[in-house]
Amino acid sequence: MNFVIPDFYPAAAELFVVAMSFVILMAGTFAKDSRGLTYVLTQLTLFGAAAITLLTMDGQVNFTFSNMYVDDLMGDFLKLVLYFSVAIVLLYSRGYMNDRKMETTEYYVLAVYATLGMMVMITANHFLTLYLGLELLSLALYAMVALQRDSARATEAAMKYFVLGALASGLLLYGISMLYGATGTLEISGVAQAIYHQAGNKTVLMFGLVFIVAGLAFKLGVVPFHMWIPDVYHGAPTAITLFIASAPKLAAFAMAMRLLVNGLFELADQWQSMLMFLAILSIVLGNFAAIAQPNIKRMLGYSGISHMGFMLLGLMSGVVGGDRHFALNAYSSSMFYVISYVLMSMASFGVVLLLSRVGVEAETLDDFKGLNKRSSWFAGVMAMVMFSMAGIPFFVGFFAKFSVLQAVVAAGYIWIAVLAVIMSLIGAFYYLRVVKVMFFDEPVDNTPLVATSDMRVLLSMNGLAIAGLGLAPQALMSLCAYSLLGSL
Amino acid sequence: MTGIPFLSLAIWVPIAGGLLALATGSDRNASVARFVALLSALAGLAVSIPLYTGFDVTQSAMQFVESYPWIPRFNINYTLGVDGISVLFVLLNSFITVIVVVAGWEVIKEKVAQYMAGFLIMSGLINGIFSALDGLLFYVFFEASLIPLFIIIGVWGGPNRVYAAIKFFLYTLAGSLLMLVALLYLFMESGGSFSILDWHQLKLGMDVQSLLFWAFLVSFAVKVPMFPVHTWLPDAHVEAPTGGSIVLAAIGLKLGAYGFLRFSLPIAPDASHAFAPLIITLSLIAVVYIGFIALVQTDMKKLVAYSSIAHMGFVTLGFFIFNPVGIEGALVQMISHGFVSGAMFACIGVLYDRMHSRQIADYGGVVNVMPKFAALFMLFSMANAGLPATSGFVGEFMVVLGAVQFNFWVGFAAATTLIVGAAYTLWMYKRVVFGAITNHHVSELTDLNNREFAFLSILAVCVLAMGIYPFPVTEVMHASVNDLLKHVAVSKL
Repeated sequence: MNFVIPDFYPAAAELFVVAMSFVILMAGTFAKDSRGLTYVLTQLTLFGAAAITLLTMDGQVNFTFSNMYVDDLMGDFLKLVLYFSVAIVLLYSRGYMNDRKMETTEYYVLAVYATLGMMVMITANHFLTLYLGLELLSLALYAMVALQRDSARATEAAMKYFVLGALASGLLLYGISMLYGATGTLEISGVAQAIYHQAGNKTVLMFGLVFIVAGLAFKLGVVPFHMWIPDVYHGAPTAITLFIASAPKLAAFAMAMRLLVNGLFELADQWQSMLMFLAILSIVLGNFAAIAQPNIKRMLGYSGISHMGFMLLGLMSGVVGGDRHFALNAYSSSMFYVISYVLMSMASFGVVLLLSRVGVEAETLDDFKGLNKRSSWFAGVMAMVMFSMAGIPFFVGFFAKFSVLQAVVAAGYIWIAVLAVIMSLIGAFYYLRVVKVMFFDEPVDNTPLVATSDMRVLLSMNGLAIAGLGLAPQALMSLCAYSLLGSL
Repeated sequence: MTGIPFLSLAIWVPIAGGLLALATGSDRNASVARFVALLSALAGLAVSIPLYTGFDVTQSAMQFVESYPWIPRFNINYTLGVDGISVLFVLLNSFITVIVVVAGWEVIKEKVAQYMAGFLIMSGLINGIFSALDGLLFYVFFEASLIPLFIIIGVWGGPNRVYAAIKFFLYTLAGSLLMLVALLYLFMESGGSFSILDWHQLKLGMDVQSLLFWAFLVSFAVKVPMFPVHTWLPDAHVEAPTGGSIVLAAIGLKLGAYGFLRFSLPIAPDASHAFAPLIITLSLIAVVYIGFIALVQTDMKKLVAYSSIAHMGFVTLGFFIFNPVGIEGALVQMISHGFVSGAMFACIGVLYDRMHSRQIADYGGVVNVMPKFAALFMLFSMANAGLPATSGFVGEFMVVLGAVQFNFWVGFAAATTLIVGAAYTLWMYKRVVFGAITNHHVSELTDLNNREFAFLSILAVCVLAMGIYPFPVTEVMHASVNDLLKHVAVSKL
């Protein structure tokens, strides 16, 4: 038996997070006032992981753990965005969780494990690694949704999430097993090689592909695998909704890149047409259904469905008739889209959290009435987020839509671009409604906003980032393209 | 050419001023916000004036060009420049901004900072629209300028303001989204360029030109607005506060017309020729039919709104008869309409501030209590009806002249506006101003205060000056219009 000690260096950040998770658990168990301590430790973990990722970043593609694990620029970049967004999410949610007696060690430990799961997903080079990461993330999220034990709605949401999530994991696993049957390997780059050399039964491959795309679609929350989104977003405590609606989208994007682009690029024609179908359905249904939602969390849920549809538009425009020149442009536009979406999603739920206080959930549109009279600044921030989501310049959401549509038109799907812009007009209506209730209506509730100063500062910066990236999107766009260069 | 980037200043000085006004915060500092706004608006006007004085009228090329890379990844540049067509609108816009700030001075009592900031930011964005030479930069300014007006109508508007604001926003957005796809298509076709001037040189097939023409048409027709997509305008005008109506009529409507000259005609000249009969028909419907609709309005603002649509019908008519008199006449009409309709809305605003009614029936005999107002309102009404020696006459006359050259009956139909326009404007004037005092509300009216008198007389001077001696305006646009026509006459097929 020949045992080689693997190179731990490319996985240093993950190992650090694992170690810190034990520390946080210990601190939570033994420290007297554990809440503040575990919060600080969690933020330190994210900060440390970011530092390690930055320090170990060398621009090379490094494989480790017998090729089950890959460390490339795309992974590093996505992980940095991931730490950043989780850190912001935790900061936003702290006050809310504290008010509802949910700010426990478990919450932070679960958040750390979810982060770890996403990191593993981002850096997987093996179907099983990917699956492990996905399950680690999902199990942590199921538990987080159910954190509010005495709330029937949250428990129901957790149950739904769990059952449907398990089903999706099953689909994904089934697809993976098909691929294994066809190619004889589970290593992502190995699968790509095998398909390139025409190995494997085409029918089995196709069969596997369909299940993999279905599993992926569920995790992204696109139609027709979206049913969990509105219920989970609505049922979960808002702070947890914020978590689910932000960072996991990055991980799901990474999963799509790893599975479809790194692994099944040879089958691009096939999965592109599936993604096209999913994207169009999501954009149409997401936007129409969002109109009917009086509950802002549900509305943002449906709007998220349509945003993920837009993101898929980029992914489906990479290969045109066997020509791969468009791939980098298309995938980097998707990546830009998903990062912009995370930024907007965090800000929108951040404002919802800001309006909530002990015993009051600011969930419905009515709770936003007259926000301009209560706080002009945060009404302005929310308005910026809404205009950005609607794709109005000068906000980052416009450039996200622009870059994706540009990829779609480059691929020759002009009719899809036309459909997408018509649907974003429908979308503009319900985003405008939020602006309308904030600015044009009289407040029903005149209590001043209560929020810690760090939340206020960060939420303001989040809003300004949406405007700032809209004025100068070049840097982030190039970063996305540059980080993908090595992975194609 | 001087090194000072006047165009950038014309865009960013008002925006910076708007943000500064916004920073004054609550209504406790309302007077500070007002002064900040006035100073910024004057500064915005001051940096626009060198654009006119330094303009070389013998050239048709873009002047005051500035170009910096903005988003190199998509070859998007921050390219600004004005020719004889656009420079006048930058000036007009900066001027109207000052008027609007003064017109809202003490009328607006709530959220003054936000009100002033909205107009200033919008002013900067609109200057951006008129000076952008990069397709995406144009689009970005074009869409972004919706936000301030949406907020202005929705917050300070009348009872049905929410409906009007959302209708305004969605209508215009619906149009412009198709334009985005057209821009992306041109970006692909031109091999990765967003430069509008590059697009002018691009060879395109007839099918492509037709599709592009329609995409632009939808977008600009909504903005002009042309029949039959005009219905948002009366709603928006009626509900908007006075300042909003002034900007919308004076500048907002010009954006669409300007888009025709900058995009549709030069990029798709063959399609423009092919679809000219359609545009001419729609324009004549706007001139004649909408004119009759204006006749039966009972609400003053609605009446002026419909008359705006009719006047803008003249503008699109002038563009699509493809002769220099027509296009120049249309441009003069646009500038003149900026002054006249702005002034009409300002006058109605003056009445509304006192009576809180826009119904014609609630007035009568105003001249007895407001003689100064009645005199100025008379002048603007005459200009609106196209009386010679006012600016309204020059543009209409030139367009009719061009139309008669093109086809006698088109010219004839267009000329009926001189009768219908006079009918609805003067009849309204007669019912509101003349006659005996009808009720005690009217008898309690007070005449114009100094502030109102000041800004209305400035507008009156502009209307008269342009009517008596329009040469300074036509001189500037002459070279560019000829160049445009030469360009449009050459087939791209």
